[in-house]
Amino acid sequence: MRATGVGASIQRGGGYGRVTGQQQYVADIRLQDALQVKLVTLDCARARIIAIDTDAARQVPGVRLVVSAADLPQPVARFGPQFEDRPILAVGETKYHGEPVAAVAAETKDAAEEAARLVRIEYEELPAVFSLEAALDPAAPLVQDPALRPGDPLAGTNVLREHRVGWEEIEAARADLVVEHTYEFPMVTHFAIEPHAFMAAPDGDGIAVWSSIQHPNWLQKVLAKILGLPLSKIRVHAPDPGGGFGGKQHAKLEPLVALMALRAGQPVRLVLTLEETFQAVRRTAARVRVRTGFHRDGTFAFQDVAADYLLGAYADIADRVVSKGSYPACGPYRVPAARILARSVLSHTTPSTAFRGFGNPQVNWAVESNIDEGARALGIDPLELRLQNLARRGEAFIPFDTPADGQWEQTARRAARLIGWGTPLPPGRGRGIALGIKSGPTTGLSYSTVRLLADGSVIVYAGTSDMGQGARTIFAQIAAEELGAPLDWITVVMGDTAVVPYDQQTSASRSTVLMGNAVLRACREIQSQLRAMAARLHGMDASLIAVDRGVVRLPDRELSTLDVLKPGLGRLGGELIGNGEMRKDEEPGHPLGGSAAFFEFNCTAVEVEVDEGTGDVLLVRHVTVSDVGKAINPLQVRAQDEGAAIQGLGHTLMEHYIFDEAGRIRNLGAIDYRIPTSMDLPLELVSDAVENADGPGPYGAKGMSEGALLCVAPAVAAAVRDATGLVIRDLPLSPERVWRALRERDAAAAAVTGAVQPASVPVAAATGGAPSGR
Amino acid sequence: MNEIETIAIELTVNGRRRALKVAPHHTLLDVLRDDLELTGTKECCLVGECGACTVIVDGRTVDSCLMLAVEADGAAVTTVEGLAIDGRLSPLQAAFLDKGAAQCGFCIPGQLMSAHALLALNPHPTLAEVQEGLAGNLCRCAGYQQISEAVLATAEGADR
Repeated sequence: MRATGVGASIQRGGGYGRVTGQQQYVADIRLQDALQVKLVTLDCARARIIAIDTDAARQVPGVRLVVSAADLPQPVARFGPQFEDRPILAVGETKYHGEPVAAVAAETKDAAEEAARLVRIEYEELPAVFSLEAALDPAAPLVQDPALRPGDPLAGTNVLREHRVGWEEIEAARADLVVEHTYEFPMVTHFAIEPHAFMAAPDGDGIAVWSSIQHPNWLQKVLAKILGLPLSKIRVHAPDPGGGFGGKQHAKLEPLVALMALRAGQPVRLVLTLEETFQAVRRTAARVRVRTGFHRDGTFAFQDVAADYLLGAYADIADRVVSKGSYPACGPYRVPAARILARSVLSHTTPSTAFRGFGNPQVNWAVESNIDEGARALGIDPLELRLQNLARRGEAFIPFDTPADGQWEQTARRAARLIGWGTPLPPGRGRGIALGIKSGPTTGLSYSTVRLLADGSVIVYAGTSDMGQGARTIFAQIAAEELGAPLDWITVVMGDTAVVPYDQQTSASRSTVLMGNAVLRACREIQSQLRAMAARLHGMDASLIAVDRGVVRLPDRELSTLDVLKPGLGRLGGELIGNGEMRKDEEPGHPLGGSAAFFEFNCTAVEVEVDEGTGDVLLVRHVTVSDVGKAINPLQVRAQDEGAAIQGLGHTLMEHYIFDEAGRIRNLGAIDYRIPTSMDLPLELVSDAVENADGPGPYGAKGMSEGALLCVAPAVAAAVRDATGLVIRDLPLSPERVWRALRERDAAAAAVTGAVQPASVPVAAATGGAPSGR
Repeated sequence: MNEIETIAIELTVNGRRRALKVAPHHTLLDVLRDDLELTGTKECCLVGECGACTVIVDGRTVDSCLMLAVEADGAAVTTVEGLAIDGRLSPLQAAFLDKGAAQCGFCIPGQLMSAHALLALNPHPTLAEVQEGLAGNLCRCAGYQQISEAVLATAEGADR
């Protein structure tokens, strides 16, 4: 292990606080005299608000403030990262179950809760749409007021946007086999163990806001606009989120708590319950129709993909989820002709937002599963068919985007070897394999400042949010590598917009590459100052001097950084300050506004055993291999890949929202909505990384963290089919759904001989009794 | 609402005697976090499913969101803040760092308390016993393998 740290599994920065309880998440921070806020909601999805009576609530001792839309500055501000459609509190009408109508601030949590119960709201429940069918019905009630969408030809429908990408004419493409199926991906939720938490406090002539947010600088802009304050008067404190996964990217209730704090003239604090968090964020559900044309030899002729994504009542970032998630729908393959149509469909449900994978897992589930169908029909091994079509390094597999940026076949072959692809299986077992790709950030801007202090210690300023992915550790490792300081002499400062320079956002697995490069450049600027300093001290030209990992090389000798720094800074002391900027500009005309900074590429291969009595799918072995370019911290890379794999098993095997007829989530909270526990792991979970140092990040790193989630569902479903013959095109593959499909398979086999092939039995329709959340 | 009637309780938290008056409906979690300002114990589901609020009460793990504070009257309570002695990490805490078991870290106090109690009852657990012992502690970063490795390494280290 090198002392400097890059490539070493050094301990997590911030780890000590995490194992001692000292780490302060938003809800752990105590502000003196903070009022406790409780939200008031209705017991249905869509309703017309007739009257709000707050008298009884105001009588509760300790209550300081009760606000509804009428008490806010008029017109009530709306905000959102793509469309400014979300009001601070519901105006006139609620659009989804759980939308806040009013809020109470009181001296104690008890008083706030009691008062919130006493806010009387007269309302009339209105017809609403909770599914794609209902939302797309020409007679459907509109989710958004068309007045919010002036000049938009789709404003009279619930389709927010349509996104089209393609190349060459698929109609002209000749195919020997066309396989067409439709796949469903349900609503699931992030379930970060830290529920969202917000605080705000008047701060001189401005305001300070605390949020467990991934994008503090974006939040700062939103607040500045709503409050009419300059950016410099909005201080966003963003302590490390206790899990983000995309759910904490954009502003949610910060504008409300900011206005309440200004109104009350004192700090306010709002910590959501887990149930409220379920009603605040979820993944965008999807129905994806895939029509794939194959040549007899297994090469692709075309892909024709139509994906309808079900958004919630406000767009948040979900329309971008749709465009960016559907864009690489053809996968990492050479596809001669392609047509991709994706639609963002609004509904009266929890606003969907970014969630690890950003729209790609939905489409990848469908397209990879359809490829498997084709391979079976052609009698070609599914791995071989994929390898045959896989883009080679440098190939422009998406004609107008970044060429394939990895030796992807290496990743696929390694996963295949680790699962024992092609070796005999015991009876009752099955194997499946899938590939996945995700476009990295298309634009980006990160600044970093690095200070080399007089004693050789280092402070790195980086506006990334460390929500568990370990960005703090990576930046420290980069600074250690570049400046030669020991890791325990490096401090990384994050999460305070008054102190830390601008960072666009923490998303799309960008931070190692974008902020990492900014940190690297800041360190290199310090190296150049050290060279100039050494040149001055030793009376020679700076071009003769090299600085490398804390060593200053003169033509005739080597000096330590401190040997130069101490005399160079002189008696008054001081420090060297370096600034780094990493920018990825927009590309006008590109369908996504910019090409991929890198691709996340993953291959997942699994072996399963299906309990024919219960429908339970047991993961005997799960292999996930990602192309990461360079693992700056292999331990953290492993943790991210395994974590993504297990999160993927959640939506593959157990997770989905269930709605009732009033649009209420019936399985709200931890009892009825299950996520994987330590008892739900594969018997063997193996993660591996391919490292060819061919990424755009420091030392050849690529972004990673999402790849290992992309392929879980198609790999597991293929393995279930291999084991049982069942074809299920609807997630999750819950014991109930698998059990029902097994019974149908057996009934069909008993009733019919030859007339109906097992594969054409509509098992995917066997979705169980409860209405699913599509 | 009238003044809430409070009830006097005494308990030992991380070895320190604490006498305080608590509302009868407040949970042990409320009192630890809000009255004693021991915020290492985390709040998430409030229905005893996620394990983020796990503490040890008289040697047994408890979801502190499900226990009323008055029920803890007279009890000895250990929270995550009680694991390190004089700033020195316990072997379990050190193993969590070594194995990379803490990612976002929010579930980690609960994981540590469950693991601590497990090792006290069963100093040499198998992997299956560790997974079962920690099944009530959800980790959405899903560092379950690293957490299990840390617990097993601690058990092994205790032999040396």
